[in-house]
Amino acid sequence: MEHGIWLTAADSIDVMVHGLVKYHFFGHEVWLTTTHVSLLIVVALLICFSIAAGRAIRKGTEVPSGFQNVVELIVEKLDGMIDSTMGRNAKKYYNYIGTVFIFILVSNISGLMGLRPPTADYGVTLPLGILTFLLIHYNEFRYQKLPDIWKEKCSPLPPWLPIWLPINIISDVAVPVSLSLRLFANILSGTIMMALVYGLLGWFATIWPAALHVYFDLFSGAIQTYVFCMLTMTYISNAIGDGGEAAKEA
Amino acid sequence: MEFNESFILGCSAIGAGLAVIAGIGPGVGQGIAAGHAAAAVGRNPGAKSEITSTMLLGQAVAETTGLYGLLVAILLLFVKPLLW
Repeated sequence: MEHGIWLTAADSIDVMVHGLVKYHFFGHEVWLTTTHVSLLIVVALLICFSIAAGRAIRKGTEVPSGFQNVVELIVEKLDGMIDSTMGRNAKKYYNYIGTVFIFILVSNISGLMGLRPPTADYGVTLPLGILTFLLIHYNEFRYQKLPDIWKEKCSPLPPWLPIWLPINIISDVAVPVSLSLRLFANILSGTIMMALVYGLLGWFATIWPAALHVYFDLFSGAIQTYVFCMLTMTYISNAIGDGGEAAKEA
Repeated sequence: MEFNESFILGCSAIGAGLAVIAGIGPGVGQGIAAGHAAAAVGRNPGAKSEITSTMLLGQAVAETTGLYGLLVAILLLFVKPLLW
Protein backbone atom coordinates (compact mmCIF):
# COMPACT_ATOMS: atom_id res chain seq x y z
CA MET A 1 0.00 0.00 0.00
CA GLU A 2 3.00 2.27 -0.39
CA HIS A 3 1.49 3.83 -3.51
CA GLY A 4 -2.04 4.09 -2.22
CA ILE A 5 -2.67 7.62 -3.38
CA TRP A 6 -0.37 7.69 -6.39
CA LEU A 7 -1.85 7.34 -9.82
CA THR A 8 -0.91 4.19 -11.69
CA ALA A 9 1.72 5.80 -13.93
CA ALA A 10 3.09 7.98 -11.20
CA ASP A 11 6.37 6.28 -10.35
CA SER A 12 8.27 8.99 -12.18
CA ILE A 13 6.66 11.85 -10.24
CA ASP A 14 9.26 13.20 -7.87
CA VAL A 15 8.60 16.32 -5.84
CA MET A 16 10.10 15.44 -2.49
CA VAL A 17 13.43 16.37 -0.94
CA HIS A 18 15.75 13.38 -0.87
CA GLY A 19 18.46 12.65 1.66
CA LEU A 20 21.85 11.98 0.13
CA VAL A 21 24.39 11.60 2.94
CA LYS A 22 23.64 10.70 6.54
CA TYR A 23 25.91 11.69 9.40
CA HIS A 24 25.71 12.08 13.15
CA PHE A 25 25.86 15.49 14.70
CA PHE A 26 25.85 15.62 18.52
CA GLY A 27 23.80 12.45 18.64
CA HIS A 28 21.26 13.59 16.07
CA GLU A 29 20.82 11.97 12.72
CA VAL A 30 21.34 14.68 10.11
CA TRP A 31 20.95 14.39 6.36
CA LEU A 32 22.55 16.26 3.54
CA THR A 33 19.68 16.61 1.10
CA THR A 34 19.11 17.62 -2.51
CA THR A 35 18.24 21.09 -1.19
CA HIS A 36 21.80 21.53 0.07
CA VAL A 37 23.17 20.53 -3.31
CA SER A 38 21.02 22.94 -5.30
CA LEU A 39 21.64 25.65 -2.70
CA LEU A 40 25.39 25.18 -3.11
CA ILE A 41 25.07 25.33 -6.90
CA VAL A 42 23.07 28.56 -6.68
CA VAL A 43 25.53 30.09 -4.22
CA ALA A 44 28.51 29.07 -6.36
CA LEU A 45 26.84 30.65 -9.38
CA LEU A 46 26.22 33.88 -7.46
CA ILE A 47 29.80 33.98 -6.17
CA CYS A 48 31.19 33.55 -9.69
CA PHE A 49 28.86 36.27 -10.94
CA SER A 50 29.81 38.67 -8.16
CA ILE A 51 33.55 38.11 -8.69
CA ALA A 52 33.10 38.80 -12.40
CA ALA A 53 30.94 41.83 -11.63
CA GLY A 54 33.49 43.21 -9.17
CA ARG A 55 36.24 42.82 -11.72
CA ALA A 56 34.15 44.51 -14.40
CA ILE A 57 33.41 47.46 -12.12
CA ARG A 58 37.00 47.80 -10.95
CA LYS A 59 38.20 47.94 -14.53
CA GLY A 60 35.17 50.08 -15.40
CA THR A 61 35.27 53.00 -17.77
CA GLU A 62 33.39 56.27 -17.68
CA VAL A 63 31.20 55.17 -20.57
CA PRO A 64 30.13 51.65 -19.60
CA SER A 65 30.38 48.85 -22.10
CA GLY A 66 29.55 45.17 -22.26
CA PHE A 67 29.26 43.37 -18.95
CA GLN A 68 29.69 46.58 -16.95
CA ASN A 69 26.43 47.79 -18.48
CA VAL A 70 24.55 44.76 -17.17
CA VAL A 71 25.96 45.09 -13.65
CA GLU A 72 25.18 48.78 -13.46
CA LEU A 73 21.66 48.18 -14.73
CA ILE A 74 21.00 45.54 -12.05
CA VAL A 75 22.34 47.73 -9.24
CA GLU A 76 20.44 50.79 -10.47
CA LYS A 77 17.13 48.95 -10.73
CA LEU A 78 17.50 47.38 -7.27
CA ASP A 79 18.50 50.70 -5.68
CA GLY A 80 15.59 52.43 -7.41
CA MET A 81 13.14 49.86 -6.06
CA ILE A 82 14.49 50.22 -2.52
CA ASP A 83 14.49 54.02 -2.80
CA SER A 84 10.88 54.18 -3.89
CA THR A 85 9.72 52.02 -0.97
CA MET A 86 11.90 53.02 1.97
CA GLY A 87 12.48 56.69 1.17
CA ARG A 88 15.08 58.25 3.40
CA ASN A 89 15.90 54.99 5.21
CA ALA A 90 16.87 53.32 1.95
CA LYS A 91 20.62 53.86 2.08
CA LYS A 92 21.28 51.39 4.91
CA TYR A 93 19.32 48.61 3.26
CA TYR A 94 20.73 48.65 -0.27
CA ASN A 95 23.05 45.80 0.61
CA TYR A 96 20.67 43.57 2.54
CA ILE A 97 17.62 43.87 0.30
CA GLY A 98 19.69 43.65 -2.87
CA THR A 99 21.42 40.48 -1.67
CA VAL A 100 18.17 38.85 -0.59
CA PHE A 101 16.48 39.84 -3.85
CA ILE A 102 19.18 38.35 -6.06
CA PHE A 103 19.46 35.20 -3.94
CA ILE A 104 15.71 34.48 -3.90
CA LEU A 105 15.35 35.32 -7.59
CA VAL A 106 18.13 32.97 -8.68
CA SER A 107 16.87 30.28 -6.28
CA ASN A 108 13.35 30.54 -7.69
CA ILE A 109 14.35 30.38 -11.33
CA SER A 110 16.88 27.60 -10.74
CA GLY A 111 14.05 25.25 -11.74
CA LEU A 112 14.94 26.26 -15.28
CA MET A 113 18.38 24.74 -14.79
CA GLY A 114 16.84 21.42 -13.82
CA LEU A 115 17.47 21.85 -10.10
CA ARG A 116 14.84 21.46 -7.44
CA PRO A 117 14.51 25.10 -6.34
CA PRO A 118 16.08 25.58 -2.88
CA THR A 119 13.19 27.88 -1.93
CA ALA A 120 10.80 24.92 -2.30
CA ASP A 121 12.17 23.73 1.05
CA TYR A 122 10.76 25.30 4.19
CA GLY A 123 14.20 25.11 5.78
CA VAL A 124 15.42 27.77 3.36
CA THR A 125 12.50 30.19 3.48
CA LEU A 126 11.95 30.15 7.24
CA PRO A 127 15.43 31.61 7.99
CA LEU A 128 14.73 34.37 5.47
CA GLY A 129 11.49 35.14 7.29
CA ILE A 130 13.26 35.06 10.65
CA LEU A 131 15.91 37.49 9.37
CA THR A 132 13.11 39.88 8.41
CA PHE A 133 11.53 39.40 11.86
CA LEU A 134 14.82 40.19 13.62
CA LEU A 135 15.40 43.27 11.45
CA ILE A 136 11.88 44.56 12.16
CA HIS A 137 12.23 44.30 15.92
CA TYR A 138 15.85 45.49 16.01
CA ASN A 139 14.76 48.65 14.23
CA GLU A 140 11.66 48.98 16.40
CA PHE A 141 13.68 48.96 19.62
CA ARG A 142 16.41 51.11 18.13
CA TYR A 143 14.30 53.96 16.77
CA GLN A 144 11.21 54.03 18.96
CA LYS A 145 10.89 54.76 22.64
CA LEU A 146 9.79 51.95 24.95
CA PRO A 147 6.53 53.65 26.10
CA ASP A 148 5.57 54.15 22.45
CA ILE A 149 6.22 50.49 21.68
CA TRP A 150 4.15 49.45 24.71
CA LYS A 151 1.32 51.75 23.63
CA GLU A 152 1.42 50.30 20.13
CA LYS A 153 1.38 46.72 21.41
CA CYS A 154 -1.78 47.46 23.44
CA SER A 155 -3.06 49.48 20.56
CA PRO A 156 -6.87 49.43 20.29
CA LEU A 157 -7.18 49.70 24.09
CA PRO A 158 -5.47 52.23 26.39
CA PRO A 159 -1.90 51.39 27.58
CA TRP A 160 -2.95 50.62 31.18
CA LEU A 161 -5.23 47.80 30.00
CA PRO A 162 -3.02 45.28 28.17
CA ILE A 163 -5.75 42.77 27.32
CA TRP A 164 -5.02 43.10 23.64
CA LEU A 165 -1.27 42.50 24.11
CA PRO A 166 -1.24 38.74 23.33
CA ILE A 167 -3.18 39.27 20.12
CA ASN A 168 -0.69 41.88 18.92
CA ILE A 169 2.25 39.64 19.83
CA ILE A 170 0.67 36.76 17.90
CA SER A 171 0.22 39.00 14.88
CA ASP A 172 3.91 39.99 15.16
CA VAL A 173 4.94 36.34 15.19
CA ALA A 174 2.66 35.63 12.24
CA VAL A 175 4.65 37.99 10.03
CA PRO A 176 7.72 35.78 9.42
CA VAL A 177 5.56 32.66 9.25
CA SER A 178 3.29 34.07 6.56
CA LEU A 179 6.23 35.60 4.66
CA SER A 180 8.11 32.32 4.51
CA LEU A 181 5.03 30.16 3.89
CA ARG A 182 3.96 32.38 0.99
CA LEU A 183 7.31 32.02 -0.76
CA PHE A 184 7.57 28.31 0.05
CA ALA A 185 4.05 27.39 -1.07
CA ASN A 186 4.27 29.32 -4.33
CA ILE A 187 7.53 27.74 -5.40
CA LEU A 188 6.51 24.30 -4.16
CA SER A 189 3.25 24.43 -6.10
CA GLY A 190 5.16 25.37 -9.25
CA THR A 191 7.57 22.49 -8.69
CA ILE A 192 4.71 20.04 -8.16
CA MET A 193 2.91 21.23 -11.28
CA MET A 194 6.03 20.79 -13.40
CA ALA A 195 6.71 17.37 -11.89
CA LEU A 196 3.12 16.31 -12.66
CA VAL A 197 3.39 17.49 -16.26
CA TYR A 198 6.69 15.72 -16.85
CA GLY A 199 5.83 12.64 -14.82
CA LEU A 200 2.33 11.89 -16.07
CA LEU A 201 2.49 12.92 -19.73
CA GLY A 202 5.72 11.11 -20.58
CA TRP A 203 6.85 11.54 -24.18
CA PHE A 204 3.96 13.94 -24.88
CA ALA A 205 5.60 16.61 -22.69
CA THR A 206 8.37 17.55 -25.07
CA ILE A 207 8.54 21.19 -26.18
CA TRP A 208 5.41 22.94 -25.00
CA PRO A 209 6.15 22.70 -21.21
CA ALA A 210 8.57 25.58 -21.90
CA ALA A 211 5.52 27.87 -21.76
CA LEU A 212 4.63 26.45 -18.33
CA HIS A 213 8.22 27.00 -17.21
CA VAL A 214 7.90 30.65 -18.18
CA TYR A 215 4.85 30.98 -15.94
CA PHE A 216 5.71 28.76 -12.96
CA ASP A 217 9.43 29.45 -12.74
CA LEU A 218 10.06 32.86 -14.26
CA PHE A 219 6.86 34.84 -13.67
CA SER A 220 5.79 33.32 -10.36
CA GLY A 221 9.34 33.29 -9.04
CA ALA A 222 9.99 36.91 -9.96
CA ILE A 223 6.66 38.07 -8.48
CA GLN A 224 7.26 36.22 -5.22
CA THR A 225 10.79 37.63 -4.96
CA TYR A 226 9.43 41.13 -5.50
CA VAL A 227 6.68 40.59 -2.94
CA PHE A 228 9.05 39.20 -0.31
CA CYS A 229 11.45 42.13 -0.64
CA MET A 230 8.63 44.68 -0.86
CA LEU A 231 6.97 43.40 2.33
CA THR A 232 10.31 43.23 4.15
CA MET A 233 11.01 46.84 3.23
CA THR A 234 7.52 48.00 4.20
CA TYR A 235 7.69 46.30 7.60
CA ILE A 236 11.15 47.70 8.29
CA SER A 237 10.15 51.26 7.37
CA ASN A 238 7.06 50.94 9.55
CA ALA A 239 9.24 49.78 12.44
CA ILE A 240 11.63 52.70 11.99
CA GLY A 241 8.65 55.07 11.86
CA ASP A 242 9.30 58.78 12.19
CA GLY A 243 12.20 58.27 14.56
CA GLY A 244 14.74 57.50 11.86
CA GLU A 245 15.91 60.95 10.90
CA ALA A 246 15.80 62.45 14.41
CA ALA A 247 17.79 59.60 15.92
CA LYS A 248 20.45 59.95 13.26
CA GLU A 249 20.98 63.64 13.98
CA ALA A 250 21.03 63.25 17.75
CA MET B 1 -12.16 1.58 16.30
CA GLU B 2 -9.45 0.53 13.86
CA PHE B 3 -9.48 1.69 10.24
CA ASN B 4 -7.29 0.21 7.55
CA GLU B 5 -4.72 2.17 5.62
CA SER B 6 -6.58 2.58 2.33
CA PHE B 7 -9.60 4.03 4.12
CA ILE B 8 -7.43 6.67 5.80
CA LEU B 9 -5.65 7.47 2.53
CA GLY B 10 -8.97 7.86 0.74
CA CYS B 11 -10.27 10.17 3.43
CA SER B 12 -7.01 12.15 3.21
CA ALA B 13 -7.56 12.56 -0.52
CA ILE B 14 -11.12 13.81 0.06
CA GLY B 15 -9.83 16.20 2.70
CA ALA B 16 -7.16 17.49 0.33
CA GLY B 17 -9.79 18.11 -2.31
CA LEU B 18 -11.92 20.00 0.20
CA ALA B 19 -8.92 22.02 1.39
CA VAL B 20 -8.17 23.51 -2.01
CA ILE B 21 -11.69 24.98 -2.14
CA ALA B 22 -9.88 27.76 -0.27
CA GLY B 23 -8.72 28.84 -3.72
CA ILE B 24 -12.11 30.43 -4.43
CA GLY B 25 -11.48 33.33 -2.06
CA PRO B 26 -8.15 34.52 -3.49
CA GLY B 27 -9.55 34.07 -7.01
CA VAL B 28 -12.40 36.48 -6.31
CA GLY B 29 -10.12 38.86 -4.43
CA GLN B 30 -7.45 38.96 -7.11
CA GLY B 31 -10.09 39.47 -9.77
CA ILE B 32 -11.51 42.45 -7.89
CA ALA B 33 -8.01 43.90 -7.46
CA ALA B 34 -7.21 43.45 -11.15
CA GLY B 35 -10.54 44.98 -12.18
CA HIS B 36 -10.00 48.06 -10.05
CA ALA B 37 -6.43 48.36 -11.29
CA ALA B 38 -7.70 48.27 -14.88
CA ALA B 39 -10.21 51.01 -14.04
CA ALA B 40 -7.43 53.04 -12.40
CA VAL B 41 -5.21 52.72 -15.47
CA GLY B 42 -8.17 53.85 -17.59
CA ARG B 43 -8.58 56.98 -15.48
CA ASN B 44 -4.87 57.74 -15.19
CA PRO B 45 -2.77 56.00 -17.85
CA GLY B 46 0.35 57.88 -16.74
CA ALA B 47 0.53 55.98 -13.42
CA LYS B 48 0.41 52.57 -15.06
CA SER B 49 3.66 51.17 -13.65
CA GLU B 50 2.88 52.21 -10.08
CA ILE B 51 -0.66 50.84 -10.31
CA THR B 52 0.65 47.55 -11.66
CA SER B 53 3.20 47.10 -8.89
CA THR B 54 0.67 47.99 -6.19
CA MET B 55 -1.83 45.57 -7.71
CA LEU B 56 0.69 42.74 -7.85
CA LEU B 57 1.73 43.31 -4.24
CA GLY B 58 -1.87 43.31 -3.02
CA GLN B 59 -2.72 40.25 -5.06
CA ALA B 60 0.25 38.34 -3.73
CA VAL B 61 -0.79 39.12 -0.17
CA ALA B 62 -4.39 38.10 -0.91
CA GLU B 63 -3.09 34.87 -2.39
CA THR B 64 -1.70 33.75 0.97
CA THR B 65 -4.95 32.31 2.31
CA GLY B 66 -5.38 30.21 -0.80
CA LEU B 67 -1.82 28.98 -0.43
CA TYR B 68 -2.58 27.87 3.12
CA GLY B 69 -5.34 25.69 1.71
CA LEU B 70 -2.91 24.34 -0.88
CA LEU B 71 -0.36 23.59 1.85
CA VAL B 72 -2.93 21.65 3.85
CA ALA B 73 -3.75 19.63 0.74
CA ILE B 74 -0.07 18.95 0.01
CA LEU B 75 0.55 17.90 3.60
CA LEU B 76 -2.43 15.54 3.51
CA LEU B 77 -1.31 13.96 0.22
CA PHE B 78 2.45 13.74 0.58
CA VAL B 79 3.28 13.78 4.28
CA LYS B 80 0.20 11.69 5.24
CA PRO B 81 -0.03 12.90 8.86
CA LEU B 82 -3.14 10.79 9.55
CA LEU B 83 -1.14 7.59 9.08
CA TRP B 84 1.34 8.35 11.85
